[in-house]
Amino acid sequence: MAKKPLEGIKVADFCWVWTGPTTTRVLSNFGATVIKIESSRRLDVWRIQPPFKDNTPGPNRGGVFNTQNTGKLSVTINLAHPKGIELAKRLIAWADIVTDNYAGGSMARMGFSYEELKKIKPDIIMLSSALMGQTGPWHDSPGFGDQLTAISGLTQISGYPDREPGEIGYYTDYIAPRFNAIMILAALEYRHRTGKGVYLDVAQHQASVAYVSPLILDYVVNKRVANRMGNKYDYAAPHGIYQCQGEDRWCAIAIFTDEEWESFCKVIGNPPWTKEPMFSTIQARKENEEELDKRVNEWTMQHTDYEVMSLMQAARVGAALVGTAEDIMDKDPHLKYRKYYRELDHPEIGKLRAPRQPCVLSKTPDEIRRAPLIGEHNNYVFKNILGMTDGEIADLVAQEVIV
Amino acid sequence: MTQQEKEGMLSPYRVLDLTDEKGLMCGKIMGDLGADVIKIEQPGGDPSRNIGPFWHDEPDPEKSLFWFALNANKRGITLDVKTAAGREIFKKLVITADFVIESFKPGYLNRLKLGYRALEKLNPGIILVSITPFGQTGPYKNFKAPDIVAWAAGSGPYMRTFGDADRPPFRISHHAQTYYHAGTEAVVGALVALYYRQVSGVGQHVDVSIQECMAFNTGWEWDLNKITRKRGETFIPVTVRHMWPCKDGWVMWRYLVGPMAKRQSIPLVKWMEEEGMADDFMKNFDWEHFNYFKTTQDIVNHMEEQTIKFFMTHSKAELMAGAIKRRIMLYPIATMKDIVESPQLNARDFWQEVKHPELDTTITYPAKWANTSEAPPEIWRRAPLIGEHNEEIYEKEMGFSRDKLILLKQAGVI
Repeated sequence: MAKKPLEGIKVADFCWVWTGPTTTRVLSNFGATVIKIESSRRLDVWRIQPPFKDNTPGPNRGGVFNTQNTGKLSVTINLAHPKGIELAKRLIAWADIVTDNYAGGSMARMGFSYEELKKIKPDIIMLSSALMGQTGPWHDSPGFGDQLTAISGLTQISGYPDREPGEIGYYTDYIAPRFNAIMILAALEYRHRTGKGVYLDVAQHQASVAYVSPLILDYVVNKRVANRMGNKYDYAAPHGIYQCQGEDRWCAIAIFTDEEWESFCKVIGNPPWTKEPMFSTIQARKENEEELDKRVNEWTMQHTDYEVMSLMQAARVGAALVGTAEDIMDKDPHLKYRKYYRELDHPEIGKLRAPRQPCVLSKTPDEIRRAPLIGEHNNYVFKNILGMTDGEIADLVAQEVIV
Repeated sequence: MTQQEKEGMLSPYRVLDLTDEKGLMCGKIMGDLGADVIKIEQPGGDPSRNIGPFWHDEPDPEKSLFWFALNANKRGITLDVKTAAGREIFKKLVITADFVIESFKPGYLNRLKLGYRALEKLNPGIILVSITPFGQTGPYKNFKAPDIVAWAAGSGPYMRTFGDADRPPFRISHHAQTYYHAGTEAVVGALVALYYRQVSGVGQHVDVSIQECMAFNTGWEWDLNKITRKRGETFIPVTVRHMWPCKDGWVMWRYLVGPMAKRQSIPLVKWMEEEGMADDFMKNFDWEHFNYFKTTQDIVNHMEEQTIKFFMTHSKAELMAGAIKRRIMLYPIATMKDIVESPQLNARDFWQEVKHPELDTTITYPAKWANTSEAPPEIWRRAPLIGEHNEEIYEKEMGFSRDKLILLKQAGVI
């Protein structure tokens, strides 16, 4: 059996919703023991939000919850009860890493500040991934991922210049977990070397702004404020997403070099318009881009998205269809070959698929195990990990500490 | 202060960075964390130096702000690994290194006899990180993926939720976000491999596919219930606004339902009232019981008109300040200028002044993407000039004679 690279690492995980769980999923997928500390009284948002299997709500039936929490153990602790806090502290004493993604200051209010945690475990690594971080005038402001995307400059540069900014959903939710995981792994390395724990105050906002760094420098140096450009690119044409045969079918095509342009022309049968001076150089194509896009669209409309992609890629021109979930999950032969989605068996909803990590390690691949049912591991964790007796556990259940 | 003088989390480690635009973010992040990252450029300089914007709009490989942003903290040498002499030098460097990161076409390093098997023989602990459009294996492994293509290939279902249904789906404008994702994910893989090396003593090959890095959304509805949504299809019977014009741009805010409505809508309407901007309808509306399924489009339109009138009397910054005071979830759609002027980022020590002596200037960089109690990420040095550290590395560290350096330069190796 392949070895698990992070085997032996112990995580007390207070994360919920998306960013936090997606962060700690990296650790559980690579073999760490991640105990998700949740509560049936204050369920993880993705245990109560659709989509659910068969559209039937239930805390174990949510699609998102079951993909973002693979391989974790679940315990249910009432953190509004003083004994719940004590119980959570016992898990912290067991852990190498404590994680949360509450609004800034929340952990401290519950008695879980880094200073407190250090008293329990001097070399603890703590990650707090708040929207705005733990300090500063906006530190405790709550918000959604699309709002964070907006304040991080990414919405302003999305969409078409003649329209309002383009909505791109909760985009920063895909950036922050990667930086969080990096900081946890780097802190493990640092602790290994120095013996010191670390507090990681990773503001999702700061991590997200890293993805517009060159545009920030453009403002700092040249006072230019970047705007949205639709699908246009400064030095490529054709460059866009073109309509194909069928309903709502699209294919991206991007041409940067003369060589690619010639290959493209050959693929579409070298029609006379391609030889006109108005399209002969990159400069000419940029100047006449609207007309060019119209011609390209006329051709793509005659073909399926899959044909456009295959013909172009065979001629070494970058192209890909804009797939639906069905295309990506069931039809993409490449993702299938690389086993990107793993089929899991779930006791309550049957079969479902979850993605593996996008980084594939040759000697220690990840292992994707299904997400836990709510409170599924109460007995295992409290008995086998914390060494509690059946009587003690029953007592805490009766006192509504384990809920 | 240099990396050597101040400890970063990855200070003991050396990274050889062979990547182009697709992988620059990986070495950048590792450098921010203190690693000794050596950017290996082809003689004459890396093609990604030609990517704008440029300092004072002067197109020059030494003035690319894109290059500055993605290569700060790296040292730079020139080396042509396609030449036999270049390969020998590279192998010597591999013996001193912990990571090699590359973004060549799959199989390219193998053909140069510098693939993982070869590197592992030189240095069993080496961690090779490969960043490619579709990964090292599979039927699409040789396909090209400029940014917009990588978006389509990985994020199709997600892009289909963007913007308006009467226009084509779009990517995020400007530089390749998909390459940033891949570079960041590559660091995750590299550090998991490093942790395992601490335990086992062996390195490994990390295969990062840009397509997979973009497939962050599972098609849950499809997988569970075989449902496909049309573009522009919403889950509620009325059209509600998320983006609102204000005096100097746009803000994001929404009228929520349920318990959140009470905490969010009432304080906003009170604020409008304080400034004499709420009509009787807004003052008397039962916000607590607002429900998308039990209202009409006319009611929503009226609410929205009134709200726009109010927002238009304030700037983004004023609305943000007022929202913070009232704990309302209202955020500006920030421009790069707004970000530079953000009081929050300023308070978080996010910015750093970086000297560029050859431009006779200092540039303010977005630097500290995480705040930590120990060894925070920082910018220690600006991006390297072409071949800036050839002497330092070849002569001082590797002990090449001046004659050898001259020969290698003339032979086009460095």
